[in-house]
Amino acid sequence: MPGKPVLHYFNGRGRMEPVRWLLAAAGVEFEEKFLKTRDDLARLRNDGSLMFQQVPMVEIDGMKLVQTKAILNYIASKYNLYGKDIKERALIDMYSEGVADLELMVLYFPHMPPGEKDAALATIKDKARNRYFPAYEKVLKSHEQDYLVGNRLSRADVSLVELLYHVEELDPSALANFPLLEALRTRVSNLPTVKKFLQPGSQRKPFDDAKCVESTKTIFS
Amino acid sequence: METKPKLYYFHGRGRMESIRWLLAAAGVEFEEEFLETREQYEKLQKDGRLLFDQVPLVEIDGMPLTQSRAILSYLAAKYNLYGKDLKERLRIDMYADGTLDLMLMIAQAPFKPPKEKEESYALVVKRAKTRYFPVFEKILKDHGEDFLVGNQLSWADIQLLEAILMVEELSAPVLSDFPLLQAFKTRISNIPTIKKFLQPGSQRKPPPDAHYVEVVRNVLNF
Repeated sequence: MPGKPVLHYFNGRGRMEPVRWLLAAAGVEFEEKFLKTRDDLARLRNDGSLMFQQVPMVEIDGMKLVQTKAILNYIASKYNLYGKDIKERALIDMYSEGVADLELMVLYFPHMPPGEKDAALATIKDKARNRYFPAYEKVLKSHEQDYLVGNRLSRADVSLVELLYHVEELDPSALANFPLLEALRTRVSNLPTVKKFLQPGSQRKPFDDAKCVESTKTIFS
Repeated sequence: METKPKLYYFHGRGRMESIRWLLAAAGVEFEEEFLETREQYEKLQKDGRLLFDQVPLVEIDGMPLTQSRAILSYLAAKYNLYGKDLKERLRIDMYADGTLDLMLMIAQAPFKPPKEKEESYALVVKRAKTRYFPVFEKILKDHGEDFLVGNQLSWADIQLLEAILMVEELSAPVLSDFPLLQAFKTRISNIPTIKKFLQPGSQRKPPPDAHYVEVVRNVLNF
């Protein structure tokens, strides 16, 4: 019996946040089971639910999916957010992978040892302002369309907009010189499903705070 | 007439090797330009073909593609190595991503200080034996078929063979507890295109040595 997808992760952003964004943007309701203790993780491992002993894991369509990229690929395909052909998919993949590279640094940042945080933040700011944001601004400028690929919303737009919000939390003026990125963010944020997700009370997770970091240390130790 | 894909990378495995494997297995001839100097790299950047100023770069079908995983997915789809439907593609993605995680650990190890490098290699072997290989052994056992997904060759099989051979370079007896993987290794290695790629003189690259590490450090300036 098809039920809602169930997300298994700790109660924080980590590697699951892009999955939440994509499901939400696609208008898919989902449930979450939060790992709170080491036993929760052990239980999932012992009952064979985690192919490579790792989370994220998403129960969907009778399957237990692992590997964040595989999960995102499946959701994007299923909900028509992956372009119309193999060439569009290549561009979407390339753009999404770039976002994922920076997003990984951003999502991991709260969990870093205190002594490494300053350097990590400097790297994030530098990469965002000098490598990634210029690249996407240039893509948008090159075709002057409303979305990154194929003149319609794809997972690349959703994950890029997610990244813009996350980077801005760490570097408030990061978007200052990127008008087309700002316009994309506004446009995507105004889509009904995304607008709803951006409101308080949604399943969007706040910045992983000290309590969350402590809790994940315990679960994954 | 289709021009051959062209690969831009260092003369070594790194993040390009899986792409070479996939092209070779698909029987696709490709050209390579090897980065040896910082000037070459800066020229590629100035030419605007590196979206995020990074290699690997593969020019194929009129597109300058970067991001190795995007390139691999494109090639898998183009050359019918991505299963027959969404659910098969999903399984191929999960298996390929798992093996890519393992191979990335191997690719990054040479750039670490000697002690950490040895620890990385030891962890790779441990992960292979306890986390990854048991999964694939079970998959093969459960369906009894020759290939990981859908009873036909896919990207996942090619990726797994590459990973097996790389881990065997670190620890020759690593497959000793996995009889089905041993048979798998022989079977996939004997596919004509792959057999050819495994022979000396092919475009397959050797394991990284000190010279390779030095070139990469110079070109990428780290």
